[in-house]
Amino acid sequence: MSVRGPQQVLELAKVSRTFGEGATAVAALREVNLTVSAGEFVAVMGPSGSGKSSLLALAGGLDRPTSGGVFVESTPLGGLGLNELARLRRRAVGYVFQDFNLVPTLTAAENVALPLELDGAAARKAQRQALNALRQVGIPELADRFMDQMSGGQQQRVAIARAIVGDRRLILADEPTGALDSTTGQGVMEVLRSRADAGAAVMLVTHEARHAAWADRVVFLRDGRIVDQAAAMHDPAMLLAQAGY
Amino acid sequence: MSIRHSLLALLQDQPRYGYQLRVEFENRTGATWPLNIGQVYTTLDRLERDGLVSNDGGDGEGHVVYSITPAGKAAVQGWFAAPVERNNPPRNELAIKLALAVTLPGVDVQAIIQAQRVASIRALQDYTKARRDTAANQRSADTAWLLVLDSLIFQTEAEVRWLDLCEARMVQQAQSANQAAARKTSNGVTVEEAAPLIADSRR
Repeated sequence: MSVRGPQQVLELAKVSRTFGEGATAVAALREVNLTVSAGEFVAVMGPSGSGKSSLLALAGGLDRPTSGGVFVESTPLGGLGLNELARLRRRAVGYVFQDFNLVPTLTAAENVALPLELDGAAARKAQRQALNALRQVGIPELADRFMDQMSGGQQQRVAIARAIVGDRRLILADEPTGALDSTTGQGVMEVLRSRADAGAAVMLVTHEARHAAWADRVVFLRDGRIVDQAAAMHDPAMLLAQAGY
Repeated sequence: MSIRHSLLALLQDQPRYGYQLRVEFENRTGATWPLNIGQVYTTLDRLERDGLVSNDGGDGEGHVVYSITPAGKAAVQGWFAAPVERNNPPRNELAIKLALAVTLPGVDVQAIIQAQRVASIRALQDYTKARRDTAANQRSADTAWLLVLDSLIFQTEAEVRWLDLCEARMVQQAQSANQAAARKTSNGVTVEEAAPLIADSRR
């Protein structure tokens, strides 16, 4: 299943976020400009306290900027009321958290169907879409399992399925591999990559270089500012030659 | 890299001539380390001189075919059995560059680290993409190339982690230098140094 639509899915325009006031004010983000297009996978790297998580929270409308604008599919989040914002988040934005945030008393399929049902979808349709999302992350057979019957890696796949269900166009992931071993972490990257390849805009916050390397573009944050960007552009054979091999 | 042992290992498979050895070597290592044909012939001459291969004469098409001797087989076994020696670590230009940069005044070490980090991540992106594409093919012939790519990915990741550590150390040092500076009075005497003097002056 592919996701189609306008090219630019996320735009942050001169976004600043300051916590506190006066002498004790701390600037988490300073005039950050960033766009993520459909089909693009962007990783955000930076030391602790550089503003990575603040950036992700603003991108998904979980927090509001002190100044500047956040646009999801050209809709300015600043102009939305709380209810409209919540609706846009359920329909267009999927989150993957480090600690999964799944409901233990629901099955995998019920967890994935939850945002659709909250949005008013009929139970049957929501269930069908949930199964489809579980299939996309490679665990359709675990649909009826409860959280305590699954490994960490399987739970994270459920969390990703919940983030992509209903073909959400913007996937935001905050250190989604933190609690996983390296092989399982790689599996999570494969799923995020395939969502981007299917047309979603994906933004990943990570401190792991090997995970950031799955992205099309890596953005480096420092003290609330974007200081650099890296995009893959070399031919590996040329790179090997440059490396002296 | 030991060309000598690599060629011997390939000859253990079957007798081959120079050009075949070069192609076979590059196939098996994913063309990561291109071999100069001149290097192949020079090495074969030395292996023959040392009794590790024998010259079987021409194959009728102008190629000189070599086969491995019992001494050559023993040398291959010894090579596989022994760990790669580490007593001569390869020269690490990045480590040398940073070691010099931190000791020179007026050099922006953090800028050097960041420039390298961007370049290393870019390389890591390329290796990761190549690995993904190769893994998707799932041809058994690609296994050697996957191993080589994995090795490059681990090396580059280690380099980025080391850069992170270097930077954290620089920041820590700058912070302690700032604290020390803050303790200094306007005439350049630190608070600790000044305290006994001030106490003296009050007596």
